[in-house]
Amino acid sequence: MNEFVERQMKLTWRPPKKSYDVVIVGAGGHGLATAYYLATRHGMSNVAVFERGYIGGGNSGRNTTIIRANYGIPAAVRFYQRSVDLYRGLEEETDRWLMHQQKGILWMAHSEGAVRAERMRAKLNTEFGAQTEFVGPQQVKGLCPQLDMSGGGRWPVLGASYHPQGATARHDRVVWALAEGAMERGAHVHQNTPVDGLILDGERVAGVRTAAGDVAAGAVVSAVGGHVSRIAAMAGLRLPIRTHRLQAFVTNHYQRQFGPIVASSELFFYASQTARGEMLLGAEIDPQPSFSYRSSHDFVQDVCRRALRLLPFMSNLRVLRQWTGVCDMSPDYSPIMGHTGVPGFYITTGWGTWGFKAIPAGGEQMAELIATGEVPELIAPFGLDRFARDRTMADRGSAGTH
Amino acid sequence: MSLRIPCPTCGDRSVHEFVHGEIRRVPDHLTDPDERDLDFAFHHDNEEGVVTERWFHAQGCRRWFEIRRDTTTDRIVVAEAS
Repeated sequence: MNEFVERQMKLTWRPPKKSYDVVIVGAGGHGLATAYYLATRHGMSNVAVFERGYIGGGNSGRNTTIIRANYGIPAAVRFYQRSVDLYRGLEEETDRWLMHQQKGILWMAHSEGAVRAERMRAKLNTEFGAQTEFVGPQQVKGLCPQLDMSGGGRWPVLGASYHPQGATARHDRVVWALAEGAMERGAHVHQNTPVDGLILDGERVAGVRTAAGDVAAGAVVSAVGGHVSRIAAMAGLRLPIRTHRLQAFVTNHYQRQFGPIVASSELFFYASQTARGEMLLGAEIDPQPSFSYRSSHDFVQDVCRRALRLLPFMSNLRVLRQWTGVCDMSPDYSPIMGHTGVPGFYITTGWGTWGFKAIPAGGEQMAELIATGEVPELIAPFGLDRFARDRTMADRGSAGTH
Repeated sequence: MSLRIPCPTCGDRSVHEFVHGEIRRVPDHLTDPDERDLDFAFHHDNEEGVVTERWFHAQGCRRWFEIRRDTTTDRIVVAEAS
């Protein structure tokens, strides 16, 4: 975080106390949102968020900032729609400009099978509250004139599911606004303070061991991205999580006239234009589990080759920046939120490639769980125990590309 | 530069030619058969550091082999045929 931001935001850094009601590990979007909603909705401000680096420096600063709710299973559609709604009100609520911009997202179909899948997705989304409609090629062209509708001859656009509430927001601003909102109400955020261990009182997790000493806690929440298996192991838990890299890149600036977010699950890429005018492209995770933040050239090469089929104008652009985040992938491509079976220890993980869009809803629901002790209905299907109960939430189709 | 996997038969090739295979290990301290099944089906070590893993050279010699890779840097440590 730079000096300019420090001056603009009312962030007050305080030394750690000996004990808190709630300790959250990881000051990314989800950790800070949990603290924010604990403070604003439940009046719990004796809360600390511990962060080994700086706030929003992990995956919250490495995503592609897309907000949408057009998922593939009812429980997920309802949950992400809650998040879309909260995002829309977040600027007013926090009184901060988050550069939230509703753009609409077009999900292309290039084959008859994909047309069927997108039609089904549109029906299911609309049924469960996330407005989506299937649109034909002419409407697609109208919404995004830059598209080559023949897809380079090989990937013709036969239609798309259009989700008008698809949006983007500035990731840093979201994180800062949540941190500020939580800190204003008395929550502590401790940067550069890694959590090295958990304090166990019998079965129960009773606090954390940090670089700044032991801290007792009524409840410990892991909102860690990337290293969650290590935190869970401290509580004797094994998780259904594998961590993979996900890369993305932006091109140089181009006049701001690329309206919607464009995605194609058959060509495995998605593109949008940032507020600065850069074209932002992303695709799929790397195949091998890895914690490395290293980017690779072949990724750019592959994605460009596919993206140019649909968006040939980009052949005149240059790649400006490339980066990598690490994604905690759950086996069913759905998040894991709630109790862990270890008393006093909560978890919010499995945010794979869909974490940013879920920040407000994830935080709100986790806060409700911690404050009331009861699992909110919205996240009940996403508990860690679903694997043992054979109730997995398979949703690879709609999560795979983001 | 992309990750190159040292195939014992074909030499260093791009990772895109391979399929990754994890070696699943259920920890010995789990004794309940249901718990062991659950662990085998879903849980992962997800280790940070040097791990032993299997790779299948799908677009090459079509053989499985084991390598050791540091997951924090993606560097290959030692390569050996299995």
